[in-house]
Amino acid sequence: MQIEYIGAFNIIVGVLVQFWPVWLAQAIVLGASFAYKKRLGLYGQLFDSSVGIAGVVICLFWLFTAIFASTVAPFDPLAQIPVMKDALPGAIEPASKGVFLFGGDKLARDIFSRMVYGSQIVLIIAPAATGFALMVGITLGLPAGYYGGKIDTVLSFLANLVLAFPVILLFYLLVTPGIMDTPIPYGMAGLFFLFPIIFFCTLFWTRYKNRPDRLYLLLGLTLVLGGWIYIGLVFDADPLRIVHIDPNQLNIFVAVVFASSPGVFRIVRGLTMDIKTRDYVAAAQTRGETPWYIMLWEILPNARGPLIVDACLRIGYTTILLGTLGYFGLGLAPESPDWGTAIKDASRLLRSFIHPALPPTIALMSFVLGLNLLADSLREQSMKD
Amino acid sequence: MLSFIARRIGTILLTMLCLTLVVFFLVNLEPNLKKLAISQTEMHTPPEQLESWLVNHGYRQNFFVRYGHWLGVLKMEPMVDPATGKPSQRFSFCNDPVEPAYSGVLQGNFGCSTKFKTTVAAKLFPALRATGILMFWVLVVMVPVSLLIGILAGMREGSRTDRILSVASIATTATPEYVSGVIFTVIFASWLGWLNGSAASAAQGITFYNFTLPVITLAIYGIGYIARMTRASMVEVMTQQYIRTARLKGLSFSSVVMKHALRNALIAPFTVIMLQFPWLLTGVVIVETMFRYQGFGYTLVEAAGNNDIDLLLGCSLVSVFIVLITQLISDVGYAYLNPRIRVQ
Repeated sequence: MQIEYIGAFNIIVGVLVQFWPVWLAQAIVLGASFAYKKRLGLYGQLFDSSVGIAGVVICLFWLFTAIFASTVAPFDPLAQIPVMKDALPGAIEPASKGVFLFGGDKLARDIFSRMVYGSQIVLIIAPAATGFALMVGITLGLPAGYYGGKIDTVLSFLANLVLAFPVILLFYLLVTPGIMDTPIPYGMAGLFFLFPIIFFCTLFWTRYKNRPDRLYLLLGLTLVLGGWIYIGLVFDADPLRIVHIDPNQLNIFVAVVFASSPGVFRIVRGLTMDIKTRDYVAAAQTRGETPWYIMLWEILPNARGPLIVDACLRIGYTTILLGTLGYFGLGLAPESPDWGTAIKDASRLLRSFIHPALPPTIALMSFVLGLNLLADSLREQSMKD
Repeated sequence: MLSFIARRIGTILLTMLCLTLVVFFLVNLEPNLKKLAISQTEMHTPPEQLESWLVNHGYRQNFFVRYGHWLGVLKMEPMVDPATGKPSQRFSFCNDPVEPAYSGVLQGNFGCSTKFKTTVAAKLFPALRATGILMFWVLVVMVPVSLLIGILAGMREGSRTDRILSVASIATTATPEYVSGVIFTVIFASWLGWLNGSAASAAQGITFYNFTLPVITLAIYGIGYIARMTRASMVEVMTQQYIRTARLKGLSFSSVVMKHALRNALIAPFTVIMLQFPWLLTGVVIVETMFRYQGFGYTLVEAAGNNDIDLLLGCSLVSVFIVLITQLISDVGYAYLNPRIRVQ
């Protein structure tokens, strides 16, 4: 059967039209941000430099693409339409008259839709894993930097131990199908996911321990919400069936958190050691505040600048790690539409077809670039203060 | 200084011991042993024979005893052949001693590779040599280029050159090897046809044609990072009083940069280049897989994919050693280059 094609210009227009919900959402958010720039603090200052604007635009683009993926993508990312095998960009699918804007891959799936759905996987796992790594790193880094001594020696040794592992070897050992039969991933998940609950409980306890009305409400809320998500993620036993994660995704998640929390730990430890010599910390000590109050309510807020910058860079780095996992076929399902898996599949066929390789590579690169630009501009803005 | 180095080497040895124990634990998990047994026996072997294969090859001994054997602190007893009752070698393809002996890493015996049917040393060291050649060329490209970019950008902070070079270096740090590798292959191999998209023939002889793509793919990711660090260091140096003094004395801008700024600005990048090695290690694995170059990274992937226990342990030992030793060199070198910092 003869497949018809549309021209290059029509492909570009078609892509732009497909992204309409993204453009709309972006216009609203950017318009509002510009209008209220003065009142938005650090975020508003981003709009003072072209680098910052570029970073925000790219990050928002992928965020909205992930949110509106089902509207943006014309086809099901897993559906195979045999006639479209290795179709070139702009091929018209005969049955539905829909266009494969970026062509079809070797399993006859729409590359454009796969790229769009791939953003969902990255934008869920990367920020969430970074969040957990931040919690672990902060909860352990603060006492290590503040108390020093034995705690610091032990925790630093453990952190250096993990950092001495080349990431790729760590993933080959931790993200294998075999390890899912053992309790290791679940044990690690159980340990790591405990940290946010501990963190928030200590946070509220130190602040409101003399105001029981607030304290019990906040503690109760943390324990109920945290416990609910904890049970859902670690034991996959959420009674309401809302919080759910596939075992292989849990495995990836745990490995990524494990690989990046020592980095956060080192940064937090260094910042704490620097900040604890300041006068306001001495003042709080003289007032008789407890050590954990000082760490969480005096030191941590003053360390937020570098931590926000690091979080931005780290989300980008986690995206690269997820891509590496996909590239080596570790953890993610072989038909998963994530960018790394797509790059792996496409790079084996580069001699015959190049069009399946370009969309996922450019997507991954642009998203990481956006995050790096954002981090760079945040750093510059926070240095001005 | 000497006691500092001695203490650091002690920490390194302790770290290596802990890490190999962790790796040993992970590769000896039950599912991994099953996988090994299945890949080493013929197809559709019944479970009892898989089990007896594991027993016959010594994989069912106590965990710590086997770790001791591997390390060389416990005496390795030879396997007893169930048919003849005589002591026999564990694997026919490598020379395990048939008498009880200490034969582990400490004695220089890295064990047997079940995947490649040879000793680990015979596989690992040629692979390391191949990767060493790759690394050499990567450093030859990466270091001068990144230092040049960093110095040009940091010389006049805020200028147009600075802006362009800074954004370019951010862009390269956003491009992991598997992305730049694909893009370069598309441009230079598929489209222009100038270079070879596979480095498999580099084992016979390295040419510009087959070796350029892996080298630039590996170099480009590090270039941005080192260039940014050099820039930051250069910017800091350029605001120092002694630079202003030199300018006010009437020296030309170029001679101020060359004679006064450069030397001080290059201390920080030295550390960064040293600390790049762990990153390069991951990059090597990706690049060698992508361009089919048979070096250390390729060996690591094969060992991990087939759960080749001894080879994987050898690989982790080597990579952890590289990571830790470069850290040590960077610390010592930093103190040596910068007289203001002295190690306590």
